[in-house]
Amino acid sequence: MAFVSRSAVDSVRGFLFGSRSRRGLVPTAVLYALLITIGFVYMYPLLFMFATSIKSPSDLLNPMVQWVPTELFLGNYEKAFRVLNYPRTLLASILVSVIPSVLQTFVASLVGYGLARYRFRGKSLVLLLILATFIIPPQNTVIPQMLTYRNLGLLGNPLALILPATLGQGYRSAIFILIFYQFFLSLPKVLEESARLDGASDLRIFFTIAMPNALPAYIVSLVFSIVWYWNETFLTSIFLEGGVTTLPMQLSRFAQAYENLYPPGMVNIFDRLNEAVKMSGTFLNILPLLVMYFILQRWFVESVERTGITGE
Amino acid sequence: MTTRDLPRARLTLRLREALQGYGFVAVWIVGFLLFTMWPLAETFRYSVNQVTVIATGIKMEFVQWANYTRALFTDPNFVELLIGYTVETLVSVPIVLIFSMIIALFLNQNFRLKGLFRTIFFLPVVITSGPVIRELTAQGATSAPGIANLPAVADFLTQLPRALRGPAEYLLTSFILILWFSGVQILIYLASLQKVDKSLYEAAAVDGASGWEMFWKITLPSLSTATVINAVYTIITLSHFSENKVVRYVYDQTYDVHGGIGFASAMSFLYLTAMLVLLGIIYVLLTQWAKKGRR
Repeated sequence: MAFVSRSAVDSVRGFLFGSRSRRGLVPTAVLYALLITIGFVYMYPLLFMFATSIKSPSDLLNPMVQWVPTELFLGNYEKAFRVLNYPRTLLASILVSVIPSVLQTFVASLVGYGLARYRFRGKSLVLLLILATFIIPPQNTVIPQMLTYRNLGLLGNPLALILPATLGQGYRSAIFILIFYQFFLSLPKVLEESARLDGASDLRIFFTIAMPNALPAYIVSLVFSIVWYWNETFLTSIFLEGGVTTLPMQLSRFAQAYENLYPPGMVNIFDRLNEAVKMSGTFLNILPLLVMYFILQRWFVESVERTGITGE
Repeated sequence: MTTRDLPRARLTLRLREALQGYGFVAVWIVGFLLFTMWPLAETFRYSVNQVTVIATGIKMEFVQWANYTRALFTDPNFVELLIGYTVETLVSVPIVLIFSMIIALFLNQNFRLKGLFRTIFFLPVVITSGPVIRELTAQGATSAPGIANLPAVADFLTQLPRALRGPAEYLLTSFILILWFSGVQILIYLASLQKVDKSLYEAAAVDGASGWEMFWKITLPSLSTATVINAVYTIITLSHFSENKVVRYVYDQTYDVHGGIGFASAMSFLYLTAMLVLLGIIYVLLTQWAKKGRR
């Protein structure tokens, strides 16, 4: 009898606390509880942003309404949409982030390939300098560039962002070069060598063999590059001031733009700028990125494994 | 081909390879000289001059180190901001490292909804931009929820000595923001956790090691390289972030009547120096620790 009950106790214990082969109920519950709690805290700003953005002016003043508004109020989005000048700034943001990203990714792949496949003097110096470009803050190099662009009449022109990207000095180019460097180092050379024996030129090998094989690295670099260019506001606001206005740039002068559209003295109290409108504007700002993220999320969250950036 | 020609053929082969390599890298070298080296040198030249903007360009007047001494000894804000930046970075880096390591350890387990949680913890990387963070901070949405606004906490803060109050306040008001800088680091930890040899754990289990011991003896030492990478990445992203107070101050001073380009350039270089010192300290500390762990 005692023997039977001990095995029963064991199986209950195994069910609750787990055994060597599987996790029990209690650790699983603890794991979920912890992850949900931390996940909630982590997502708190976003939840707050969304809950606030659909509050009507009376809900905002009502202390009883915290998370769930009494009605779904879209008026804030309407206003924010107009204040942000959404179609225009959205298009500007897309252009200003996609074009430099495509160029930067391509150039990063060329440079990464050259570093991974060829032996030449000064290679370690080049790698060191690439790291240095990652470390040097933008404000240490931005003013002379800005003044030069001003002399050339390029200030406010997207070319001011495109030119550095074309020469491998775009926003965080160093990371992308290192991604391609690592990727090509881990890619077997066999195909390239046999193509070389067949008399293919180096550039041809790069375009017909290396590039197609590096598709994962291209996708990862491209999506990260677009996201980072989109969110970058320091260089963008200096180089594009007075010309193109991107979505984040318009968000940073939201209050001012709001008052131009809805002058404080002219509108009734419910149409004054409130936090609900601001949060709607912020949400509209990240919405395109959220859409992109949920479509391509595998490429984001598996990026490190797919490209092996950490190396060995 | 005769045997005498062989060394020469090999030499030209190497030369050919090197030339091809330079060909691939050339575009970057040109870009580096034009868009990094030259502007960096030029910014340094501004920093030792009094720069005035005129219609046709700029006018410079050599002032030696006056801009630097002004930033360090005369300016009422810069040194304080620089100290604040250093303290905040020193507070944030361990939090980011520990948090991302814990989350990576969780996500490395097998359970349902793993993909969902991965998606959640990486989301901030995609949406973090200066203006978005500014709006969220202005609404108080980035503080530790429910804690930062308690009167008891405010009381406690006023009791603290001045040196501790700043970091403590920063921690409370920006807690979630600090965590939001952990996305990429979680991925890097996850990737290196997946490379740990499973047989090590099996061998340790046979020897009767507990999960706790396995963490300190196996997991942590194998994460040392990832930790160094993550620390460097964290410092750089925090230092470059456009909402960083020093970055904002330097930017404002560039266009300020009383500031000017020369003064702002000098501050940029002082900031770069502070950043390099921080990077150096943390790098040395972590690599020392990593070496000890491996022994």
